[in-house]
Amino acid sequence: MLSLALPGTSWAHRLSAGVKFGVLAGVMAVMAGLDRPVPLAVAGCAVLGLHATLGWRGLRAGALAMRPVLWIVGLIVIWQLALGTAHEALVLTLRIIAMVGAATFVTLTTPLPDLIALVERLAAPFARFGLSPRLPALAVAMVLRLIPVLRGRMEMLALAWRARSRKRPGPRLIVPMVLSLLDDSDHLAEALRARGGLTPTKLPPRRD
Amino acid sequence: MERNFTLIILFAALICALGFVPPITLISGVPISAQSLGVMLAGAVLGAGRGALAVVVVVGLVALGLPVLAGGRGGLGVFAGPTVGFLLGWIAAAFVTGWVVSRLQTRFIWLSATIAAVIGGIVVLYLCGTIGMMIVLHKTFGQALLLSLPFIPGDLIKAVVVGWLTAMIGRYRPGALLSRAH
Repeated sequence: MLSLALPGTSWAHRLSAGVKFGVLAGVMAVMAGLDRPVPLAVAGCAVLGLHATLGWRGLRAGALAMRPVLWIVGLIVIWQLALGTAHEALVLTLRIIAMVGAATFVTLTTPLPDLIALVERLAAPFARFGLSPRLPALAVAMVLRLIPVLRGRMEMLALAWRARSRKRPGPRLIVPMVLSLLDDSDHLAEALRARGGLTPTKLPPRRD
Repeated sequence: MERNFTLIILFAALICALGFVPPITLISGVPISAQSLGVMLAGAVLGAGRGALAVVVVVGLVALGLPVLAGGRGGLGVFAGPTVGFLLGWIAAAFVTGWVVSRLQTRFIWLSATIAAVIGGIVVLYLCGTIGMMIVLHKTFGQALLLSLPFIPGDLIKAVVVGWLTAMIGRYRPGALLSRAH
């Protein structure tokens, strides 16, 4: 599974993930409060400009992420034009496009390892309650590893079904799928325990 | 601890893998994806807490920019879009589904699980989704709800399928329904 982040070392890639998320949170809060078309259009253009600094592939990836949103926005605009005012429709469209675009920009320019490091840093205070800060990173790594395994298993189950029946399998194959997951969880849990388990062990204080 | 962790991880991966199942299109032309079925099932099989945590992992992956939602969607943009309420509502949906399955004792497991999936996967989910649209689109509750109504028939079908799947899992492996284990 590939992250949506674009590979590369642009100026935005080099910024730290913490800074980007902090700025994004601030920008979102400001944009949510704007309700005039002109400042929102300026914000939208600024976001478009940000994507443009990544080159064509940045613009393409940004447009791709916008597609499922535009579907709903289009519906709303038609509705607004029929019942409300054109002004409202314009504000709504601009605000959503600017906000989604800004968020997508952070996703496009922050590689997965940077994000996981950020999550680990944010999770560090929870170590006091017995939660290992490595847990989120381990969870992400394991889910990413398991998705192709489970997809392969679903295909195997579907093939086994087709070899025996002319009917479509439908959702019934989810039953053996879930039962196999419950068995897997025992094996995986044993493997994790054999490698030291998940609860953080008390390490002696570092001297450095 | 380790077993709970692996159960949560495996169901999170299942929800993601179900996003690759091609959606079935209803007569009304509305596509229904298997992904929210996985959310209801996580609650019904794992129980409230673990089911909700499995969904938390999926939502976390979306925030990290991984294309794990149906149709290869993902990234922070989803959290700024109109459907954010439905994504975050999945967590509540799995929790409530699991909670109802463990509390509601009827003569048939399928009936309990279907009712649970309707309450969690439709009532609670649409409540969260509608509130999300109210905020993002600045609509009244009724207007926002109207936008999501076409999806309710598909979700009703999913709730029935979840009830049936839960009963089958319980029949073949009675110990597997962790939501019912006390």
